[in-house]
Amino acid sequence: MSEKKLMLGNEAIARGAYEAGVKVSAAYPGTPSTEISENIVKYDEIYAEWSPNEKVAMEVAIGASMAGSRALVSMKHVGVNVASDPLYTVSYIGVTGGLVLVAADDPGMYSSQNEQDSRAVARAAHIPVIEPSDSSEAKEFIKFAYEISEKYDTPVMLRTTTRLSHSQGIVELDERFEPIDIPYEKNIAKNVMMPGNAIKRHPVVEAREKQMAIDGENFPVNRIEMNDKKIGVITSGIPYQYVKEALPNASVLKLGVVNPLPRPMIEKFAKEVDKLYIIEELDPIIEEQVKSWGIDCIGKEILTIQGEYSANLLRRAILGQKSDSVAPAQVPVRPPILCPGCPHRATFYALKKLGLHAAGDIGCYTLGAVAPLSVVDTTVCMGSSISTLHGMEKAGGREFIKDWVAVIGDSTFMHTGVNSLINMFYNQGTGTVLILDNSTTGMTGHQDHAATGKTLKGEIVPAVDLYKLCHDGIGIENTRIVNAFDSKELTAAIKEEVAREKVSVIIVQAPCALLKSNKPRPALKIDTEKCIRCGACMKPGCPAITKKESGEIAIDATLCNGCGLCKGLCPKSAIS
Amino acid sequence: METKNIMIVGVGGQGTLLTSRILGGLTLKAGFDVKLSEVHGMAQRGGSVVTFVRYGEKVSEPIVEEGCADVLIAFERLEALRYAHFLKKDGVLIVNDQRIDPMPVVIGAAQYPSDIIEGLEKEHKVLKIDAQAAAAKLGNPRTFNIIVLGLAAKHMDFSHEDWLEVIEKTVPAKTIDINKQAFELGYNMG
Repeated sequence: MSEKKLMLGNEAIARGAYEAGVKVSAAYPGTPSTEISENIVKYDEIYAEWSPNEKVAMEVAIGASMAGSRALVSMKHVGVNVASDPLYTVSYIGVTGGLVLVAADDPGMYSSQNEQDSRAVARAAHIPVIEPSDSSEAKEFIKFAYEISEKYDTPVMLRTTTRLSHSQGIVELDERFEPIDIPYEKNIAKNVMMPGNAIKRHPVVEAREKQMAIDGENFPVNRIEMNDKKIGVITSGIPYQYVKEALPNASVLKLGVVNPLPRPMIEKFAKEVDKLYIIEELDPIIEEQVKSWGIDCIGKEILTIQGEYSANLLRRAILGQKSDSVAPAQVPVRPPILCPGCPHRATFYALKKLGLHAAGDIGCYTLGAVAPLSVVDTTVCMGSSISTLHGMEKAGGREFIKDWVAVIGDSTFMHTGVNSLINMFYNQGTGTVLILDNSTTGMTGHQDHAATGKTLKGEIVPAVDLYKLCHDGIGIENTRIVNAFDSKELTAAIKEEVAREKVSVIIVQAPCALLKSNKPRPALKIDTEKCIRCGACMKPGCPAITKKESGEIAIDATLCNGCGLCKGLCPKSAIS
Repeated sequence: METKNIMIVGVGGQGTLLTSRILGGLTLKAGFDVKLSEVHGMAQRGGSVVTFVRYGEKVSEPIVEEGCADVLIAFERLEALRYAHFLKKDGVLIVNDQRIDPMPVVIGAAQYPSDIIEGLEKEHKVLKIDAQAAAAKLGNPRTFNIIVLGLAAKHMDFSHEDWLEVIEKTVPAKTIDINKQAFELGYNMG
């Protein structure tokens, strides 16, 4: 008997890629997709890298496929937007070695700025979408994805959601299949997408999609579980599990391939059941197509396009059953916060004291928008801080941004921020950019990038020097490096650069408090004799410092990592 | 056997993932079907975190729903209160008697509720433990979550030997002995 293991959905995807004989994997970290690469790296047979962004990762995978090997690229849903330029066109080119893109959606927005549905992107790009329902299927469906990628000459999207990526289930391990690399053949008509060639590929894409819709009935991942015919359900992915729990007697058409839809199969199933429900999280992608074929069905009339579903949600919406559980207690919320010892807190506190606004970006430091810091005014997407600040200046003039800075992390700067900085320099902006350099990709759990000097495989490599990149490379004269915890120098530097009528960059350095290489200093203590309970130390909002009911202020020794920010704020030198 | 529903709740950074991995290992060893659901990413940064563990003959849904938890393990008082409505009528609440102020309380925008455990005791079967103090006595404050798990162990379907064996396989090699001691400490409090 083969070995059984409990695996995260993402771990199972990595295992599936290994078993499918994948040779190259590229990705940029993003919740909930990150652990795919972190598990792939354990297989020596696969070359795996962190690319600076999803577009680059996608192109690396395309190149690997063109060279004849099976390739994987993984990213979160918003990363698919970054990668969509190559994605839409590789749909025309097709593949040599199988090419699979894992897109991890985040219904419920556990760690994302929007709730977009990647199936819509795949439909627009005319590529098939495979959707597993648990870890075991995740592993098997990846292998199926490579089969159809090569059979139909198409890149394939495997779509997951947070609940699948971050749930563990039992997986049976199989051996790795070693595909023979397909020899390279020069084929300009297929691989060079200029108008004269692309125009001939578009009909191929359309024919491919039509063929797959017909063949879908025979795909093993599409199956009908015929039961009581009063209620029929078409579903896929994680919602299938909620259907099995809430409607155990219903007939179910479980779709493994959700694009293109197997129309003949759906039409037959619809005829067999009395009442047809379409149950899919987020957008009505399946539902709108089925309705457009004139099939009577119920979906978003009674179900939401927001957030995650559950069995209880289906029981309420479809069966009218109420849960008999008690109402939740009304308690204070506990939002995520910057960790004790986080260098971003020191930077944001300096900005707050100077009364500045920050154009923000994507990373832990987005939490600079949360009270009591509340310094970050805007956040859109990866790399947007610098370009939005530039746009503000072009609209409102220098006067508008006289009390503004842009803040962006080192990893996000390498992702797409550097483009925005080049633009600000080229188009004569005068903004001040703070690169919050904590030597890692923090929020997704400490991944390396081009400026850390270490690869996904753990090799030590020359690091991109952020100072040289900005100062010598782009040519920004006013580039300097400051320690995040040197509040005096940091404050002076920010004041000076914000006042300067030229673009400037301050690289604010201090490693992430959670980095293993960053040994915590001993916890600090408050001398209650000296403390006058003024609360100055509490202003930056460090979770290790609390006021007891007696009014006494104390530092929790299990949380404090001795960064010393509070020590510098105490007027009575009571903290040591 | 009916599917058993366990929840582990706490504050990001308290080690809910480690404890759920131990539970996962146990269920697998005992031959159950099992699903675990975790929280990663931004929500982990000092936020309220919840892990679901479901095991039985065949498990579909990976999450535990309101009113369905057999055992709720809370590493912090306020989090116990936040998720108490997930408990079944005869469910057991194991709560670590620790207070960690959420940011709205730190900045004075909200009050930390008083007498949480006393209130919960009126509605549920509650086992309270000061695991921080016990862990400090043991000499490693980080083992507090294993002490809590030890106390919870009596309310689950696994043998004492299996618990120890899975802890040994799951925790970092350097900390095997201290974690086993921590487990025994909690187990004998029940």
